[in-house]
Amino acid sequence: MTVDSPAIRAINLSKIYGSGQAEVVAMKDVSFTMSNGEVVALLGPSGAGKSTLLTIVGLVNSPTSGKLIIGEDLITDGPIPKVNLRSYRRRFIGYVLQKANLIPFLNAVENVQLALEINDISGKGAKLRAMQLLESLDVGHRADNLPHMLSGGEQQRVAVARALANRPRLVLADEPTAALDSVRGRQVMQLFRDVAHKYGTTVLVTTHDHRSLDIFDRILEMEDGRLKDENSGNILKAV
Amino acid sequence: MNLALKDIRHNLSRFSLTALGIGMLLMVVMGMGGIYQGLIQEATLLVDNIGADLWIVQHGTRGPFAEISRIPRNIEDRLQALSGIAGARSFVTFAVQREYNNNPLRMQVQGLSWPEDKGQWLPVVAGRNLGAAHFEMIADQILGLQLGDEVPLGKNHYKVVGITKGMTSMSGDGLAFFSLLDALEIQYDYSGEAIRLERQARQSRLTRQDIGWTQPSLVERAGLPSSKLPALPNPYVSAVLVRLAPGASIESVVAKLSGWADVTAFTRREQDELLLRGVVDRARRQLGLFKALLIVISAIIMALILYTLTLEKIHDIAMLKLIGARNTVILALILEQALLLGFLGFVFAFYAGKWVFPMFPRKVVINNDDLLSLAAIVLLISVLSAGLGIWKAMKVEPNEVLS
Repeated sequence: MTVDSPAIRAINLSKIYGSGQAEVVAMKDVSFTMSNGEVVALLGPSGAGKSTLLTIVGLVNSPTSGKLIIGEDLITDGPIPKVNLRSYRRRFIGYVLQKANLIPFLNAVENVQLALEINDISGKGAKLRAMQLLESLDVGHRADNLPHMLSGGEQQRVAVARALANRPRLVLADEPTAALDSVRGRQVMQLFRDVAHKYGTTVLVTTHDHRSLDIFDRILEMEDGRLKDENSGNILKAV
Repeated sequence: MNLALKDIRHNLSRFSLTALGIGMLLMVVMGMGGIYQGLIQEATLLVDNIGADLWIVQHGTRGPFAEISRIPRNIEDRLQALSGIAGARSFVTFAVQREYNNNPLRMQVQGLSWPEDKGQWLPVVAGRNLGAAHFEMIADQILGLQLGDEVPLGKNHYKVVGITKGMTSMSGDGLAFFSLLDALEIQYDYSGEAIRLERQARQSRLTRQDIGWTQPSLVERAGLPSSKLPALPNPYVSAVLVRLAPGASIESVVAKLSGWADVTAFTRREQDELLLRGVVDRARRQLGLFKALLIVISAIIMALILYTLTLEKIHDIAMLKLIGARNTVILALILEQALLLGFLGFVFAFYAGKWVFPMFPRKVVINNDDLLSLAAIVLLISVLSAGLGIWKAMKVEPNEVLS
């Protein structure tokens, strides 16, 4: 289920580190849109600027210039954020990283519950929702296990559950299958697709794994800090 | 969900050991304060318990504890005649160190003015008070003597008839109570040869003077024991203790005594102050400095521990920030652990101290005021030491979890 109204609009996003001789252009004039419920893969070699784009869209870094709009909210116009980024991340963005990065002293259900509690959803309701998510991701039976007791695939599914806990508008995944075998990797990618289509969540995934690309609705490719044209493969120019 | 407690539960043994270490440090801090309070209690114990309103000592001295005081016993008779005084008794104090059962026996001898003072004010936990004018003693349990033991001191043996608890001198020696005459006997115990030589010297001095030539009976008398010679004074005592008559004004008695050129009178409070300011003050400052140093060391160690604990969680903190956790969540994680560490350390210090301090050779007194002030200090150093970890945590960027 893909809805046409844009969930994300990135307009001429650029990120430059340093200045003068030491200036490094990590990303230049990147523009794209994503729709609600769309699952998009972001490809590109190391150093292409994928992670930079992800951190900007994920509201972890600010762009040097350009605009980012999520839904109707203007998030940033240039380097100065227009919203409280941490609060926005808490409410509207879920993250799945290369490593699951679960809190090691919390068990599986508590890791998911934590995401709800920091968004002021606590008590039995939070636990129930966390359990439901774990069960829907087929790791409900490991709810009471600490992360080190889980396999890599199970950990990653708990991380997905955590990312989805607050019903985010946007899920960002940075190489989520890098530590998994091909079967598990594909399962996780399929999971993103299912979640996106079921809940209308927009999912942006950076990946090197070309075997699962058929799962994605769309593929964006970056090179040298620029986004390639989806159809021609040419680097897109500034809008 | 309390993250601090979850983290502690996950690393329980390490956290417990850390709390144990902090607790031991705090126990030493507590002990320093306790040793100081013990010094005060030991110093003022006798003055506060002996039941004297005034201490009459050698003129111009701060005796008998802060410095040596020697006054003739007949001061006692002069004081008895003064209006406003209900009673006066001589008091002798000095330290002796002898061998007993092949072990050194160091004690502070106290002479009690028998029969008025039989030691009825003493906290006797076994046996009884003095029941005879001679050859009995009451010993504090710290001396390790048993009831019925006969301790040789000078030419006599003294039987232990009573045991006290907690009666120690300001230097930590156990107190031993004798009748005044026995105490003087112990203090002025000379060998037979020394006595013979002294008598001979006396006679010799007389024979060199015309009074000796003209009155040979005097020379003969000079060879008698000192106590039989009216020209020689009685042995000196350390002080005379005065008990005021009911309703008598201490100020008026002191005013009268100020006209006596040979003695100085101190009230009980003044005697306490002499001890505390003069004798204990330097030890107090020394212990105070040590205590301050230990508090600083405890704070530094706690800060380092909490900083290390925070460093270990940097990745998790970055993740928490990434998923939007407020700073208060992270601050609470560190601060609650710091407070719990301080609290558990304090509780450990308290109970371990209760067990360990009585084994110390000198008195360690932990009073409520000291406990409260230490609790406040622990609270403060817990918060301050958490500051370093919190500062580090606040500097963590959420994108560190991406690296």
